[in-house]
Amino acid sequence: MNYITLTYWDLVIAALLIGVNAALSIRLRLSLERPLVIAACRMVVQLLLLGLVLKVLFETVSLPFTAAAALVMVLFAGYEVMGRQERRLKGWWSYGVGTGCMLFGGTIVTVFALTTQLQPEPWFHPRYALPLLGMILGNMMTGIALGLNTLATNVGRERAAIETMLALGYDRAEAFRPLIRESVRNGLIPIINSMSATGLVSIPGMMTGQILAGADPWDAIKYQLLVMFLIAGATGIGAGCAIYAMASRLTDARHRLRLDRLTVK
Amino acid sequence: MLRIRGLTRPGLEPFDFDLPPGEAVAMFGPSGAGKTLLLRAIADLDPNDGACALGDARREDMPAPDWRRLVSYMAAEPGWWGDRVGDHFADPDAGRKLLPPLKLPEDAMGWTLARLSTGEKQRLALARVLERAPRVMLLDEPTSGLDADTTRAVEAVLRTRLDDGAALLFVTHDIEQGKRLARRALFVDAGKVRERSL
Repeated sequence: MNYITLTYWDLVIAALLIGVNAALSIRLRLSLERPLVIAACRMVVQLLLLGLVLKVLFETVSLPFTAAAALVMVLFAGYEVMGRQERRLKGWWSYGVGTGCMLFGGTIVTVFALTTQLQPEPWFHPRYALPLLGMILGNMMTGIALGLNTLATNVGRERAAIETMLALGYDRAEAFRPLIRESVRNGLIPIINSMSATGLVSIPGMMTGQILAGADPWDAIKYQLLVMFLIAGATGIGAGCAIYAMASRLTDARHRLRLDRLTVK
Repeated sequence: MLRIRGLTRPGLEPFDFDLPPGEAVAMFGPSGAGKTLLLRAIADLDPNDGACALGDARREDMPAPDWRRLVSYMAAEPGWWGDRVGDHFADPDAGRKLLPPLKLPEDAMGWTLARLSTGEKQRLALARVLERAPRVMLLDEPTSGLDADTTRAVEAVLRTRLDDGAALLFVTHDIEQGKRLARRALFVDAGKVRERSL
């Protein structure tokens, strides 16, 4: 692959555009110049660190190091999912459910892709494993957070209906069925929308990157399709597991509704 | 016979209670005294301690849904999950004949939830419990908001169930209604339950 390597001066010139934004902010008194500059600096530092980490990982190609990096990514993604929930499970459950399900779904799908479709040598090569996992996690986060939010918000609204079903002798799976259906549906809608819009409205970032890096568009598109299928699969697995886990935590073995295990807004 | 020994939960002091088949017991007490907590504890809808049994069958030996089919609780404000009345019945066709004694037309089974008044909802919620023929009914203010005639109709339906051997524990604020249906009463105040005859 041949591509145009950027010099640091190229980046400095591009960063002038941030200066344009800052000037706009000062002119309109948005008081956004500080957050703007801080965010830009954070981005630079985070990406430089990421670059250092990736360089080391790509040179060592070690399974423990790659796995550790993957775990750190999952832990951060779990934190993000927790932060996006208005009402959440009390205690560690809130973090545990989202993180556990991302670990589960993300691992399954990434390993599946690495061992059957991509087959790099060795199979866990961080050059493939980490970017794939990153894209998968980024999209799973949205699906899981939306699904859990739907469940946590609507369980309060549907409390009377659920408790009436339980009081009449329905079990907890039956009483939660409509709610679980609605939550999984909400978790899956973003990926469905993004699949229908891909190529018409948006040119996916990953594909753009590959094309800029000199890849044949056809190859880039095949990669993009692979990634979209992986994302869809992982989101379904992750959101499904997370919603079932939360629903079972919101009930107990005696088929009671346990809203006391949910935080109050 | 429903036997309760040492039933307790936060907000409710331990209490013992026996309810033989065919008998009704009224429950009185100010709002917030713990009447609903008590009924919910018997139905095992909230975490609670103590022993409940129906005849020889102990509550802890059976899955909670089985217990609640035998000992059914109806909330003061019952919930609905389907779009139509019939969605809430196990067998809407057979359930039709429960409606006229409650002063509702049989075709109410096809009505949408949105058009129901509070009083209609209350009687349909009761019909939904009656359809499942529990051995013990725990009814939280089953006739609040009904006019005198309709209240009498509901009471008549409940009395036929008592004659058939069902037992009834119900919350009411009307001492006369308590006397019409029951000879014993529970008075609940600040989580303490005392039994008296009416």
